[in-house]
Amino acid sequence: MKVLVAVKRVIDYNVKVRVKPDNSGVDLANVKMAMNPFDEIAVEEAVRLKEKGIATEIVVVSIGPKAAQEQIRTALALGADRGILIETDEEVQSLDAAKLLKGVVEKEAPQLILLGKQSIDTDNNQTGQMLAGLLGCGQGTFASRVDVEGDSVVVEREIDGGLMDIKLKLPAVITADLRLNEPRYASLPNIMKAKKKPLETLSVGDLGVELKPRLKTLKVEEPPKRQAGIKVSSVDELVEKLKNEAKVI
Amino acid sequence: MSVLVVADHDNQNLKPVTLNVLGAAKQLGGDIVVLVAGEGCGAVAEQAAKAEGVSKVLVADNAAYGHHLAENVAALIAEIASDYSHILAAANTTGKDILPRAAALLDVAQVSDIIRVESADTFVRPFYAGNAIATVQSSDPIKVITVRGTGFDAVAAEGGSAAVESLDIVKDAGLSEFVKEELAKSDRPELTSARVVVSGGRGMQNGENFKMLYELADKLGAAVGASRAAVDAGFVPNDMQVGQTGKIVAPELYIAVGISGAIQHLAGMSDSKVIVAINKDEDAPIFQVADYGLVADLFEAVPELISKL
Ligand SMILES: Cc1cc2nc3c(=O)[nH]c(=O)nc-3n(C[C@H](O)[C@H](O)[C@H](O)COP(=O)(O)OP(=O)(O)OC[C@H]3O[C@@H](n4cnc5c(N)ncnc54)[C@H](O)[C@@H]3O)c2cc1C
Ligand SMILES: Nc1ncnc2c1ncn2[C@@H]1O[C@H](COP(=O)(O)O)[C@@H](O)[C@H]1O
Repeated sequence: MKVLVAVKRVIDYNVKVRVKPDNSGVDLANVKMAMNPFDEIAVEEAVRLKEKGIATEIVVVSIGPKAAQEQIRTALALGADRGILIETDEEVQSLDAAKLLKGVVEKEAPQLILLGKQSIDTDNNQTGQMLAGLLGCGQGTFASRVDVEGDSVVVEREIDGGLMDIKLKLPAVITADLRLNEPRYASLPNIMKAKKKPLETLSVGDLGVELKPRLKTLKVEEPPKRQAGIKVSSVDELVEKLKNEAKVI
Repeated sequence: MSVLVVADHDNQNLKPVTLNVLGAAKQLGGDIVVLVAGEGCGAVAEQAAKAEGVSKVLVADNAAYGHHLAENVAALIAEIASDYSHILAAANTTGKDILPRAAALLDVAQVSDIIRVESADTFVRPFYAGNAIATVQSSDPIKVITVRGTGFDAVAAEGGSAAVESLDIVKDAGLSEFVKEELAKSDRPELTSARVVVSGGRGMQNGENFKMLYELADKLGAAVGASRAAVDAGFVPNDMQVGQTGKIVAPELYIAVGISGAIQHLAGMSDSKVIVAINKDEDAPIFQVADYGLVADLFEAVPELISKL
């Protein structure tokens, strides 16, 4: 079974972003970039499926600037077999990302398509669902367990009330949540080996897609700052403040 | 202009967050139609019809919609979408699952997790874990939007008398099937709408120790939440996670116990009115957002707090 994994280059999750003084966006100059953490989990799941003998080939795809090769190489070092970069310096909104991924799915015909549930930069949480809709296949979002059973897959999903299991026909799209697995670290020999794995570059046009951003960002602002309050010296003082000053208990 | 609000419910009760989504719909103006897709969900339709400002309720009652399977519900939404200028749902796991799929079927973008309506085509939403707030304008003919419940006041649950119409459209894609569900049962208030929330982090050390927080919560009529670290470690179930990728809460009082205050956690609770932090590390980042910080060992401070309330 071929597995396709979408990985996005985003700001590292440890970086606290700054809004540009002209309110045009956030400052990404010289900040550390990394693979979207949810995508790392998706890659790890694909690698585990391969280790179990269920997946036979893992293809990773990223849409973004040339530098996104780094994230593809990371995925290759973690155990993916080959990479595809859809290279563009333009802004790619979720709907267009889904259309491009659909183009790759049609070329590669994977049985399982894994994405992260959410990019930590846009916080959109859309692309997987859109891709599944465009492909007309089932979707297992916010997955915390994935069991492939013949020509279907059972996905345990983290929902607001608890957990829900659904069964999907293959091919299907699955989006990874935090507790699907704990991603491994790439070993040095595997990082070296990854440099020799195939990485193909495609253009947006190669997939017959035209980028059409529908959402225009008019401005970006800092969130309202919370003032640090006071330190209380005892539980008694805390109770007193909550009762008489904040009046919340 | 006409706004379609996709109701969230469990086939018996309308989820309160739907009233907040209706609050956002009200700000857009125009007619408000509520879609109740479910199975045996007549009671939900009755509740939706009573909500303030609703002009019509459409009920699609069929086994295909019983578990909110996105493949079926999104197809239903797409089928009726052309009558509407806006389609709204809550930015909870049901809305996040269904709405982007419907948007793709309609070839339009989705604006996720809005906290403010500026005009009929311009919305405000946090991104980068709440470290930046964007104002975005949509050029699509139909605006598909998920709404952060804490960003909008709920409309009144009673007082309206909308007409209820049944919708005879069955979309059964046959792609997915419900297997089972394990829902957390609790007599405490629901996390995202509770007036007081008590949350525990890795500092709690194990699940057993969370009993202390349940006791504190019961004294305060509070819901109990957790950090990702506490959920990952298996102290408590996933539905308790507060944060960028968990639940967003904005109670009047949030008490963080043994939580360091990572940006991903702050993204889920920093709109709380009053924040209390109990942490033994005086440099923990949580103190930078706390109105009242208590530097103390939680295993001493929490029992004392319980005894003094
Ligand atoms: C993609 C991504 C998404 C994430 N999403 C979320 C999310 O939605 N929600 C979330 O919470 N996190 C999220 N995280 C994780 C986040 O980065 C932090 O790792 C997490 O919030 C830390 O949890 P914590 O504060 O409980 O643990 P820690 O950071 O380990 O803090 C424990 C705290 O307890 C204190 N403590 C220990 N013992 C005691 C004691 N006896 N008395 C008093 N204090 C004590 C310590 O001083 C410390 O400050 C996400 C991370 C990533 C990468
Ligand atoms: N530019 C991109 N390149 C590769 N994958 C992407 C891209 N954008 C989104 N994705 C995938 O879609 C998931 C959800 O993204 P989003 O809908 O933007 O929150 C991510 O975790 C990725 O797996």
